[in-house]
Amino acid sequence: MPAVSKGDGMRGLAVFISDIRNCKSKEAEIKRINKELANIRSKFKGDKALDGYSKKKYVCKLLFIFLLGHDIDFGHMEAVNLLSSNKYTEKQIGYLFISVLVNSNSELIRLINNAIKNDLSSRNPTFMCLALHCIANVGSREMAEAFASEIPRILVAGDTMDSVKQSAALCLLRLYKTSPDLVLMGEWTSRVVHLLNDQHMGVVTAAISLITCLSMKNPDEFKTCVSLAVSRLSRIVSSASTDLQDYTYYFVPAPWLSCKLLRLLQCYPPPEDGAVKGRLVECLETILNKAQEPPKSKKVQHSNAKNAILFEAISLIIHYDSEPNLLVRACNQLGQFLQHRETNLRYLALESMCTLASSEFSHEAVKTHIETVINALKTERDVSVRQRAADLLYAMCDRSNAKQIVAEMLSYLETADYSIREEMVLKVAILAEKYAVDYSWYVDTILNLIRIAGDYVSEEVWYRVIQIVINRDDVQGYAAKTVFEALQAPACHENMVKVGGYILGEFGNLIAGDPRSSPLVQFNLLHSKFHLCSVPTRALLLSAYIKFINLFPETKATIQEVLRCDSQIRNSDVELQQRAVEYLKLSSIASTDVLATVLEEMPPFPERESSILAKLKKKKGPGAVSVTELEDSKREGGELNGGGDRGSDTASTPSPSADLLGIRSAAPIGAAPASAGSLLVDVFSEAGSAFSPFLSLFLLISFHTMAKSLPPCPCIVCVWMAFPSFFFFFSFFVFTSMVPFPICSHPLSCGLSAPPSEDPAPPLSEADELLNKFVCKNNGVLFENQLLQIGIKSEYRQNLGRMYLFFGNKTSVQFASFTTTVSCPGELQSHILLLNVQTKPVEPLVEGGAQIQQVLNIECLTDFSEAPLLNIKFRYGGALQNLTLKLPVTINKFFQPTEMASHDFFQRWKQLSQPQQEAQKIFKANHSMDTEVLKAKLLGLGTALLDNVDPNPENYVCAGVIQTKSQQVGCLLRLEPNAQAQMYRLTLRCSKDSVSKRLCELLAEQF
Amino acid sequence: MMRFLLLFSRQGKLRLQKWFTPMSEREKKKIIRDMTTMVLSRQPRSCNFLHWKDLKIIYKRYASLYFCLAIENQENELLALEVIHRYVELLDKYFGNVCELDIIFNFEKAYFILDEFLMGGEIQETSKQIVNRCIESSDMLQETMEEYMSKPAF
Repeated sequence: MPAVSKGDGMRGLAVFISDIRNCKSKEAEIKRINKELANIRSKFKGDKALDGYSKKKYVCKLLFIFLLGHDIDFGHMEAVNLLSSNKYTEKQIGYLFISVLVNSNSELIRLINNAIKNDLSSRNPTFMCLALHCIANVGSREMAEAFASEIPRILVAGDTMDSVKQSAALCLLRLYKTSPDLVLMGEWTSRVVHLLNDQHMGVVTAAISLITCLSMKNPDEFKTCVSLAVSRLSRIVSSASTDLQDYTYYFVPAPWLSCKLLRLLQCYPPPEDGAVKGRLVECLETILNKAQEPPKSKKVQHSNAKNAILFEAISLIIHYDSEPNLLVRACNQLGQFLQHRETNLRYLALESMCTLASSEFSHEAVKTHIETVINALKTERDVSVRQRAADLLYAMCDRSNAKQIVAEMLSYLETADYSIREEMVLKVAILAEKYAVDYSWYVDTILNLIRIAGDYVSEEVWYRVIQIVINRDDVQGYAAKTVFEALQAPACHENMVKVGGYILGEFGNLIAGDPRSSPLVQFNLLHSKFHLCSVPTRALLLSAYIKFINLFPETKATIQEVLRCDSQIRNSDVELQQRAVEYLKLSSIASTDVLATVLEEMPPFPERESSILAKLKKKKGPGAVSVTELEDSKREGGELNGGGDRGSDTASTPSPSADLLGIRSAAPIGAAPASAGSLLVDVFSEAGSAFSPFLSLFLLISFHTMAKSLPPCPCIVCVWMAFPSFFFFFSFFVFTSMVPFPICSHPLSCGLSAPPSEDPAPPLSEADELLNKFVCKNNGVLFENQLLQIGIKSEYRQNLGRMYLFFGNKTSVQFASFTTTVSCPGELQSHILLLNVQTKPVEPLVEGGAQIQQVLNIECLTDFSEAPLLNIKFRYGGALQNLTLKLPVTINKFFQPTEMASHDFFQRWKQLSQPQQEAQKIFKANHSMDTEVLKAKLLGLGTALLDNVDPNPENYVCAGVIQTKSQQVGCLLRLEPNAQAQMYRLTLRCSKDSVSKRLCELLAEQF
Repeated sequence: MMRFLLLFSRQGKLRLQKWFTPMSEREKKKIIRDMTTMVLSRQPRSCNFLHWKDLKIIYKRYASLYFCLAIENQENELLALEVIHRYVELLDKYFGNVCELDIIFNFEKAYFILDEFLMGGEIQETSKQIVNRCIESSDMLQETMEEYMSKPAF
């Protein structure tokens, strides 16, 4: 039995709880609960009407059972009945049950709303408070709809009791957060601001939470709160510890209210009015001074409350970032905390200093604490404190202390907790790159990183070191030497092997003069790791080997032997087998000249934002990496990659996506190495380990070479036959980007025999409808009748696409003279480039039940509105079938999603404000308005679906960039569903008006 | 704002859960599991703050009970600790030397007290006197004779 029971003890409930506690096993507990549930159920169903007390008791028991983690599927009705009881406790239990258990069961909500309405109008303050609590707890949209206009009235009415005001303010805040569109600003808004002057401290405390939230969303409307807040704060700060009676907490006057006031001020810039500003600075100084005074109590509560205000004041000082004197004082204060015996204070000081470090006024002051912070990293017992120390080191790092900090972080990594290693690795990699003055230091650092924490070195990190080594010829020899040495270790991480393979394959020649690292020694060293590696690494090593054959002809025989052995040439992994076969063949048939061209050194990479930084941003979420830091790294990163004499200057005007995706706009047409570079980067970052970056480069270069020396098509085909994978890659990445082939611009017919001599039929009447089905998806059945089924699979990347068409004969009779023709009607010819590529020559005969496949490569040259046409002709039982469809190639296929924060979105939205840039349509919903379905469609569109951007959570906003060869078109989309009217309003804003229009047309059919 | 408050024992048994934003039962169970494992595995004398997803977790142990409060990123950690402490004080004042058993047997009271103190994830009233007066007066409101008689006798 309970030690204490206060108020209306319910004996039955206490007995039940004791029973549960006495259960020896989980099974016994479940048994007891089931017994109780059966009992309650029979009571609720029984004929005898239950009195309020029993109802309350049983509802309370159900609540208890639910809180133990069991499902409750009845009793809701009884709880709702309790709401209308006149007895306070019964009502109270009813409300508690609803708050804890209710989901948005609309039937019930209506009943609950009724009860709430009664209580709100009861003028009984305790009942009103219960009702307001319930609204705040459930906070559903239906409740917001019912009460959003009522609550502001209660809040500002002159005769409302203080306690009700407090509840009303917080209830309104809750509704505003869940359904901001329903809480309309009005006459009450100005009166709410004046609650800051209220006599009752509790009212001010509750109201200020509401005011802060409203100010964040509508700063101008609430501007007057600044001076009110300053004067209130000043009154509190200067009051003696006893002035505020019960609002003084352990000798600290009104800590909660003080912090809230300081937080509210952080929604605004420093006050313009000199007097107000002076008063505020005085407050801040007083708070800083008080930190130095001896404590009024030894209790931790006293120091916590006092320091809470201090930290909040420091946040405000950092937010203003305009008072050097205060900033330095803040920094010194935090410096004292760094050595405080309270772990909590050390933790917070480290965290707060991170933000101080990014202010120009206090950066130097923060740096003076470096030894303490390094010491914290080494000696703190608590991992979360160590992590803050690592964050601070990262934040305070600059050119002057980079070497020291990176060294400390590296040594910490050896013992760092697993949970934070990956982030640490990224940070070290970024700092090393950002502040690299000499590149040998950079290479050393990254290789050390791989050695110490290889498992946590993500792809981005080792890609990056290779990008940099390739772009900087002054570091290549050193890199080769260092990686060669690192590989000597008996156990070295696979990432080291990858870097080693890549670098030696490119620059092994730079150290080959030393007999200790002669070509064969290098090769043997790499090959000794081969068998321990995973398939992608092995594939990379094979590529390194073929590069060796070019770099060092003397290794040719040895390497060919390796390639020739069964474990390579008959490897069960297709990728490895193919590489072995191709490389072996390439090394045996190609002349030295061809080999030298094909296996030429990698061209420099185009400059782009560090992929590592992007990854860290992603990991920590936006805002984690401060803006200055980003700008910084862009500037310095530029120096780093582009500065060398081989630096690529291909970067044209930054694309709208440059800051987000790090991919610059397409390289100039015809500049083969540059476009090779940019294509490669994409393979690199997106295809990941599936295709070795080398391979596609080889392919590119070799193709390029062949194209130059062997213009007639048939020869190229011969070469393809020898290297099947060439064919595969090229068709996708290269072929489409190289215009000068005569075969490209004309529709190709794929049948070998003469096609039936009839003009293509006009497009089917339902062709548009069929097309619309594919706007938001890439795969599916395009067309089906009794004879024929046409399936489509397609994939798109940048401005390129590849489409597989599957033609299935549904009959048991063969189709004769089967031909397909793809054509671009009218202007489309110059807007989109179609290439017809046949994986195997298609017989003009399609047997009954058989399926044939056709591959199409697509390049988007510029934006377009029409769709290409696909004509199919064949003879079925003597009758000629002639059928024309629209190929589902629509402009949105070339979307690249663009993530952006709310602020950026609206800024760009505003930039696209010319009337012709916007297309808008209001239309009736044709399909389900279900959120998930809509989301899936919008994602299928190819744009990024942006969360937390639109102030109304019901709306959807998307952003993307359409990649065409000639330009990039930034697009922003906003879709506003109105479930009640079953309507949508769709708005598109694109940098090109024809695109807005076309997208709007296409999309209006989708929802 | 505060997102949720959990009270659990050293054995990881949940004693009280308060969610300030709507959440599915599944999510709740997952969070409860994450919180208990995370907090219970902390070394003694570690700091009382943790980062978890986009929230800050503030926890403190009082006797056999852990109080675990999740706040949004811009909120003040030290003050959150004092929110917990103030709640403990309020419980203590009401029950008189509060212990885990009081909260188990009078969980509904623990909720009512919390509701007087916090609302919608924000502080409603920081004054101990006012909160206590509210609770006492609501206790007074309901004491009908019949209920009074049915109370356990001690």
